Amino acid sequence: MQVTMTVNGTEYTREIEGRMLLVHFLRDVLGLTGTHWGCDTSNCGVCVVWLDGEPVKSCTVLAAMAGGHEVRTVEGLANGAELDPIQEGFRQCHGLQCGFCTPGMLMTCRALLDKNPDPTEGEIREAISGQICRCTGYSSIIRSVRWAAVHEASSAQEEVSAQ
Amino acid sequence: MTTTQDAKLTEFEDNDQKPVGFGRMLRKEDARLLRGRGRFVDDVQLPGMLHLAILRSPFAHANIVSIDTSAAEASPGVKAVVTGETLKGLGLAWMPTLSNDVQAVLATDRVRFQGQEVAFVVAEDRYQARDALELIDVEYEVLEPVVDVRKALSPDAPVIRTDLEGKTDNHVFDWETGDEEETNRVFASADVIVKEDIVYPRVHPAPMETCGSVADFDPVEGKLRLWSTTQAPHAHRTLYAIVAGLPEHKIQVIAPDIGGGFGNKVPIYPGYVHSIVGSIVTGKPVKWMEDRSENLISTGFARDYIMRAEIAATREGKILAIRTNVLADHGAFNGTAAPVKYPAGFFGVFTGSYDLQAAHCKMTAVYTNKAPGGVAYACSFRITEAVYLVERIVDALAYELQIDPAELRLKNFIQPEQFPYTTKTGWVYDSGDYEPTMRLAMEMAGYDELRKEQAEKRARGELMGIGIAFFTEAVGAGPRKNMDILGLGMADGCELRVHPTGKAVVRLSVKTQGQGHETTFAQIIAEELGIPPADIDVLHGDTDNTPFGLGTYGSRSTPVSGAAAALVARKVRDKAKLIASGMLEVSVADLDWVKGAFQVKGDPGRSVTIQEIAFRAHGAGDLPDGVEGGLEAQICYNPSNLTYPHGAYICVVDIDPGTAEVKVRRFIAVDDCGTRINPMIIEGQVHGGLTDGVGMALMEMISFDEDGNCLGASLMDYLIPTALEVPDWETGYTVTPSPHHPIGAKGIGESATVGSPPAIVNAVVDALKPFGIRHADMPLTPSRVWDAMRGQATPPI
Repeated sequence: MQVTMTVNGTEYTREIEGRMLLVHFLRDVLGLTGTHWGCDTSNCGVCVVWLDGEPVKSCTVLAAMAGGHEVRTVEGLANGAELDPIQEGFRQCHGLQCGFCTPGMLMTCRALLDKNPDPTEGEIREAISGQICRCTGYSSIIRSVRWAAVHEASSAQEEVSAQ
Repeated sequence: MTTTQDAKLTEFEDNDQKPVGFGRMLRKEDARLLRGRGRFVDDVQLPGMLHLAILRSPFAHANIVSIDTSAAEASPGVKAVVTGETLKGLGLAWMPTLSNDVQAVLATDRVRFQGQEVAFVVAEDRYQARDALELIDVEYEVLEPVVDVRKALSPDAPVIRTDLEGKTDNHVFDWETGDEEETNRVFASADVIVKEDIVYPRVHPAPMETCGSVADFDPVEGKLRLWSTTQAPHAHRTLYAIVAGLPEHKIQVIAPDIGGGFGNKVPIYPGYVHSIVGSIVTGKPVKWMEDRSENLISTGFARDYIMRAEIAATREGKILAIRTNVLADHGAFNGTAAPVKYPAGFFGVFTGSYDLQAAHCKMTAVYTNKAPGGVAYACSFRITEAVYLVERIVDALAYELQIDPAELRLKNFIQPEQFPYTTKTGWVYDSGDYEPTMRLAMEMAGYDELRKEQAEKRARGELMGIGIAFFTEAVGAGPRKNMDILGLGMADGCELRVHPTGKAVVRLSVKTQGQGHETTFAQIIAEELGIPPADIDVLHGDTDNTPFGLGTYGSRSTPVSGAAAALVARKVRDKAKLIASGMLEVSVADLDWVKGAFQVKGDPGRSVTIQEIAFRAHGAGDLPDGVEGGLEAQICYNPSNLTYPHGAYICVVDIDPGTAEVKVRRFIAVDDCGTRINPMIIEGQVHGGLTDGVGMALMEMISFDEDGNCLGASLMDYLIPTALEVPDWETGYTVTPSPHHPIGAKGIGESATVGSPPAIVNAVVDALKPFGIRHADMPLTPSRVWDAMRGQATPPI
C-alpha cells in the first residue's frame, strides 16, 4: 500500500506493507535511525516519536496509521547547529549515558514542557514513567528537564524585555 | 582524605568546568547521541543487506526428532535456512563458552532450555525472516526438565549434558576458599552464631539495546567485518578466529555505539555466529537483531545463587568468622564470564569490610534446563552476591545482638593502618579508610534523627525501615599472572599519538557502553600532557584500529585501561622532555614539567609547550641524539593488583501496611573510588547502579514454572524501575587513592549495583521488625512482603 506522511516537516510517500510498524518505517525506509526499537510491548519507550504533536510509541503504531499525519522525531528537534533547550538540558545535566533511551526521553520531555513549561519533579517523573532508562537512575533526567524549563523561561523573559 | 557531599547541579549555571585534566566536564559523546546521530548496531545499513531471525525452542528439555525446512525455504524473500545439522557439517554446531564449557550454536541432538537456538532464516527483510520461522516444522520429543536447582543433583534427575562424554549427572564444579578447619574451630568457641538461608534470584541485565550483529564477509578479500553489540571486541575477535577457523587478521570486530551492556554483552551468543555463517552462506551482509523476549530468555542472566550464610561473633558484637555454602545454578551451559581460575568469580570477598579471624566458603555449581549465562549484571564477577551475603548476615547478627547495625559495622571495620589488608580468603585490599565514609553517610542521612522518627512511627503502627550496607569491591581484573579468560591475559593496550599541531588521538582496547570513555580518557591524557580534552580524540571499539585488550566489564576500564592511558601519556611526556631539552639547549635534568609545558629550572620564562614540542618532533631540523621523529607511544598495562573501592549506603523505606508496597523514600550513597576523574560521570554511574539495586531488591526476577517456561520473558513480566519507583539520589564521596594505580583511581561503574540491594533489603527487614522478621528474600514485591508480614516469608525459588 502507499502511505504519505510528513516527517520533521518533509512529506514522504512510500510503498509499504500494511503491517509495517512506524518505528521500522522511520528507521529502515526513511533512514531516520535516531528513533530506536527496544521491547515490542510498549514498556520501554525508546521508540517514542510525536504523532500530530502527541508522544506515541512507534513500535505499536502502524506506519499506515500515520498516513496523512505529522510525525516528529529526535532528528527534528535541533534547529540546525543549535540544540533545542531540552537537548541542551540533557547535555548540561548528564541526562544521558548510553544514549539509547535518549531520543524517546527527549521527545516526551519536549512535549511535557510545551504543555507545562514549569513542571515539578513529580510531574516530570509521571511524564517519563512510560519509559525506561537503565543508565541514569532518572535524577539527572529530571534535572535536565528543569534546566530546560528554567532556561526557556529566562530566554522568554529576555525576548519580552527586548521588545 | 576529603569527604564531601556532591554539589547539586544548579538550574542556571553552565555545568562545564572546562578542565584541562580532571574535573566536571560535559561529555564529548553527547553531541551525536542527542541529535539521534548515534550509530548503534541496528543502525548499520549495508548495500544488499539481508536479515536474520532465529527459531527458538518452545520447550526447556526435548529431543529433536526431525526438522522440516522446506516450506520456509520456499517462503517469499528467503535466502537461506540453516539448522544444527548444516552447522555440524561445517564443524560449527558447538562453540566454546567463556568458562571452557561448550554451547550449541544451533541445537543438533536436543534442546536444553526454553529459547535455545534451533534454526535460523536469512531473508530480504526482517518481516519475511520472521514469517519463514513460522513455516519451519520441528518435531520434539519432550523430556522431563530440571527446573528446581535443589534437585539437580538428585540421583533420579535427568542428565542434561548428554553431549559431554561420560557425563552421568548435572554437576558443573565444586569450589572452595578459606580455611574450613580454622573457621569451624572459631565457630565452635563463639558466643553467638547466626544462620540464614539467603537467595540471590536470577536476574537479567536487560540493556535497553538488545544484542545483535551485522556480519559482512568478503569472499574475495577473505575478510569478515562484524558490527556487534560487544563489550569486549578484541576478545571476541580472537574467539571468532578460534571458533570459525578464520585467520585473526582477516576479522574486524566493530563495536559501534552500544546501548548499555551491564555484562549482558560480554559473552559471544549463537546469534552473532549465525550472522557470520549467514553472510558466508549468502555472500551478502546479514543483520541479526534480537527482540526483547529473545534477550530476556536466551542471553546471559546474572546471579542465581542459593546461599547458606553463618556468622560467628562475641556477645559484645565482635565478628569472628563467616562461613557459607552455596548452590549455584549455571543453566544448561556454563557460560559464566569470569577469569578461568575463578569459577565463582570474586565471590571470595564475602568477608566484606571486616577484620575476621577466619572464613570459609564451599560452593557447588549445577546444570539446569535454563538459559546459560552467569554474567555480572553491573558488578565485578560475583561481587554482588558476596556483598549481599555478608551485609545481610551482618544485619541479622545486629538483630540478634540487638545492636544498632551502624554501630556493629563501625566496631568491626578493617582499620586504615591494616592496609594493604589480606583477607582470610586471600584477597589483598589495596587501600581503604572505612569509618569516615560510614560517618559521612550517617551524617548526610541524619541517622540519629531517622532512628527517632522510626521509633515514633513504630509506636503509631507505621512501618518505616532504615537499611545500611557497607561494601568493599574487587574490580579491575586483573594481573595476568593469575587472571585470564580462555587463556587471554587480562591486560589492556593503549596507543597515543600527538599530531604535529599538538592535537592527539588515543586508542583504547576497552569500549564504552555509556560510561563516557570518550570524555574520561581524554581527561586522563589532558591531565598528564596538558593538551585540552577537546583536542584529544578517543578511538575505541574497532579491532583494526585499536590495540589488543580484554574490554569493558567488571569496572575494569579505569583501573586497567585508565592506568594504561596515564602511563602511555607519561611515555610521550618523557620523549617530549628529550625534545624540549634540545629545543631549550639545556639538559633534561634542568627541565621542570608544568602542566602543558617544560620550562628551564629557575628560569620560567624559557619554556616550550607540548604543542611546540609536537611540531618540532615532526618538523625540520635535528632532534637530540637517539631520538626518533614523531611523538607517540604505546603500552600494554598489566595491573599488579585489583582496585578495591568501597562505600556506605543508607536506605529509608516506608511500607504501606495495607498493601505491603515498599516505597524507597531516601537513598544516601557515599562512594570512595579513589582519585575522581570526572565527578559528573561518577555520579551518573552511581545513580544508575542504585536504580539497578531498587530493581533487584524490589522488582526484578527471572523465574520459571515447573515445565521450565521462562516467566520473565517480556518487560511486562520482568519489571525494571521507572522514574516512579526511585527517589532523588543523595550522593557523597570520600577519596582514598589506590596506591598501585598510576593516578590513584579505582573502578566505580558498578559499586552502586553491588551496594544498594543489601541496603534496601536491610531497610525492608528493619521496617518489618515488629513482625519478628529477621530475613526475607528478594524481590520484595508487595505479595512477598505481605507474606513476610504474616510470618510466611518463603524463598523465591
